[in-house]
Amino acid sequence: MSDYVSPVGQGIPRLETRDKITGKAVYADDMSRPDMLFGVIVPSPHAHARIAGYDVSAALALDGVVAVVTGEDIGDHKIGPFIKDETALAVGKVRYMGEPVAAVAAVDLETAKQAARLIDIAYEELPAVFDTDAAMAEDAPVLHENSGDYIKVFEADSDGNAMAIIEIVEGDVASAWENCAAIVEGSYETQAQCHSYMEPCSALAEIDSNGKITIWSSNQSVFHVQAFTADALGIPMSKVRCVTPQVGGAFGGKMEQTVQPAAAALARATGRPVKVTLTREQDFEMIRARHPGKVWMKTGAAADGTLLAREVRIVLDAGAYADDSPGVAGIAALFCRGPYRIENVSIESRPIYTNKLRSGAFRGFGGPQVAIAGETQIDEIADRLGLDPIDVRLKNAVRPGEEWMIGVALNKAGLSECLNRVRAASGWDEKRKAAPNGSGRRRGIGVACIPHISGVLTSGAIVRILEDGTAVLNTGAVDNGQGSDTVLVQICAAALGLDVDRVSVATPDTDGSPYNWGTTASRVTYMAGRAVVAASEDAVNQLKQRAAIMMECAEEDLELRDGGRIGIKGVPEAEVGFRDISGFSHWVAGGPVIGTNSLAYDGPDFDPKRGFLRGFPFGKIGAWIFAAQAVEVELDEATGRITPLKIWSAHDIGKAINPTAVEGQIQGGIVQGLGYALCEEMVWDSGRLANPSFMDYKIPGIADVPPQIETILVEDPDEDGPFGAKGIGEPPIVGIAPAISNAVAHAAGIRLRRLPMTPERVLRTLKE
Amino acid sequence: MSEAIPISLTVNGRTHRLFVQPWHTLLQVLREQILLTGSKRGCNQGVCGACSVTIDGAVVRGCLTLAVNATDREIVTVEGLAAGNELSPVQQALLDRGAVQCGFCMPGMAVAATALLADNPDPSDDEIRDGLSGNLCRCSGYVKVIEAVRSASAGGAS
Repeated sequence: MSDYVSPVGQGIPRLETRDKITGKAVYADDMSRPDMLFGVIVPSPHAHARIAGYDVSAALALDGVVAVVTGEDIGDHKIGPFIKDETALAVGKVRYMGEPVAAVAAVDLETAKQAARLIDIAYEELPAVFDTDAAMAEDAPVLHENSGDYIKVFEADSDGNAMAIIEIVEGDVASAWENCAAIVEGSYETQAQCHSYMEPCSALAEIDSNGKITIWSSNQSVFHVQAFTADALGIPMSKVRCVTPQVGGAFGGKMEQTVQPAAAALARATGRPVKVTLTREQDFEMIRARHPGKVWMKTGAAADGTLLAREVRIVLDAGAYADDSPGVAGIAALFCRGPYRIENVSIESRPIYTNKLRSGAFRGFGGPQVAIAGETQIDEIADRLGLDPIDVRLKNAVRPGEEWMIGVALNKAGLSECLNRVRAASGWDEKRKAAPNGSGRRRGIGVACIPHISGVLTSGAIVRILEDGTAVLNTGAVDNGQGSDTVLVQICAAALGLDVDRVSVATPDTDGSPYNWGTTASRVTYMAGRAVVAASEDAVNQLKQRAAIMMECAEEDLELRDGGRIGIKGVPEAEVGFRDISGFSHWVAGGPVIGTNSLAYDGPDFDPKRGFLRGFPFGKIGAWIFAAQAVEVELDEATGRITPLKIWSAHDIGKAINPTAVEGQIQGGIVQGLGYALCEEMVWDSGRLANPSFMDYKIPGIADVPPQIETILVEDPDEDGPFGAKGIGEPPIVGIAPAISNAVAHAAGIRLRRLPMTPERVLRTLKE
Repeated sequence: MSEAIPISLTVNGRTHRLFVQPWHTLLQVLREQILLTGSKRGCNQGVCGACSVTIDGAVVRGCLTLAVNATDREIVTVEGLAAGNELSPVQQALLDRGAVQCGFCMPGMAVAATALLADNPDPSDDEIRDGLSGNLCRCSGYVKVIEAVRSASAGGAS
């Protein structure tokens, strides 16, 4: 059947799109169960306080209230992905305003809300710290007095409110400065960004007579939900089953716990299904944000633009609990050199506890906080040396076949190609040559480069051939809307030689799915995709083994043919279809065909002889991806407003399994990057978040998007990736702010070192 | 609680007789009483637009509209856009263009885009931006949304 077209490389619509645009798609809050109760979480009104006592009698006396649970009820069971330092409901102390303290279940939402207000908790306020400088002061109040007793999954030094100290040293920075023709140095400040997924966090939990709790929730990994809920309640993981309905966006914000443990605790207390859905305001105040960052950086280069040394001190405001902070701080330390060969680096990164909302994973994962420093310093170096910023980047860009940071071998690296493509598409050389266009409205163009990874941790896949020869794919990977279900089905179908409508995808379910660490770190296409290819190949081998019995031949003589057939090599007419093989295997001999694979990231590792790496909380990471982004802006000198006019974004992705979905990831990331660069900022008034709503926290709307966003896919297949593919999720957000800052420097000669670059800040810098 | 008020709501051509509290929003009644959960609660404050529905052809926020004020008028939700299994031109274009990611904003986006094209069958890109400026999306970057609406418009055959 020569008319078979491989689904890989086809921009097919996402499989669930029809459900989503007709209103049929079910998200957690759309669900209900018989006899279901509604849960509301009571937040802490204090930034730092000791809990002196609870009086829940008035709440329990309210008609319709079924149960109240507090931290005392669920116990001091600590959770956390890197440092187990928090409980699902506060125990003993609260450490930020908005922290869950108690939860109540009632027959309807209005009653539950009313009851939440009647729960009387006595607090003794404690001194609080709201920024990292205050938290690092000698006499600062310590948030976690017993941090020495906490379980950590990595080894790192700590120091007071600094929960970890991560260090990377290579070469000899101190003596490298002497050889530099240009040295730039500066301090940079970035803000807290709210994930602003459109779907507020929601979970529905129910318990059976054996005490097994099932949780449907909005999340990025059913396996994380299972693990932290079991931990939080002090019950075995086998008593928790986690399932995922549709997820309304996540971007890192739903990677760790949200409201699942509270919903589960209420289900356990009441014996009935309980749904907990946050209001938007609570979601802002309770869940997590991107780390505010303070970065000091110094970079030096030789006269020809060769980067010789970089020294970096990163301080991240982690908020009240560690969450993913050690990981984010580690990645920031790793990525702060940019995608460049720099032989001498000295880097220190510290995540610091403060009495604010926890910071956690957010698309870019430490990259954005350091990119604004690193990528604007490259431009300053170019400026000092009279060189073109793209030329300087090309000179230092990592190259395939070389080793770079801490001795990691790079098989593929498409950064130079990304830069060249952006340069050509944007008309860079002409635009950079253009003389500054007077005062008033000035135009400029800037560029930035991004390194990222897509290989980390573990995944699995099960490909089962159904009785009729079609297949069901089960990976346990949660689709957050980016399209991973579709992409994984395309990979599976292509590996089996089937059309996509012959492969169905199983809903992630901890009772039946193979483990997948999470939909995070730009890793699902690469990691789960590799497992899918291998599981599909396993299924094909089993099909061949059954076919060999049927056709009375040797397995080695058989080949997979497009359209779902196994045939004898060189004999076109000798073949059997998957349907016949599967029927045979189910009812006659061989047994059902179930292909499986289990995989841990296995790429090249750091070389301890090449550098000093301490406190880094991940094992092997890799499958490096690179990108270059350029933005042309108009700066209005009268108002200080920066208007992005055109954006070009080139990405080293290996192979686009679904080019339409890849473009969507790039466009969406860019617009989140515009928000980060220009307008989004969570603002605290002491411990209180001052803008917990979309009214006061502005994310980009359709009118804020420049008319031209050009996506450029650089396809040089990765040797290990599924059909050559690597990840794409995170890089598109990272380069936008530094590219804009560089474009403003080109337009008006000012350097913006504080995000977001609001009109007020631009005007202030213009006046200086 | 005060006495529930008997009302009738005509949603997607079907009339429902219901008892509601005077403070119940249209969104709440659609989702919780009529069990049409397509309209989403993204902010409950009239900013995100995920709850957009039309009343007599005009786009309103379900979360800012009291159910009692929507009686005896024609309400259309996302569930009412397709004719059976046949998607409306706007829905088909959103699907074809790959504009849908997480989909949480899409019910409101599809309703607003449909109303926009009913009013102005051949809008310019600026008019599309203007018409959808009340619908937030965090996934798509809007690029493919604009392309989809343009392709569903009278002049948008491509």
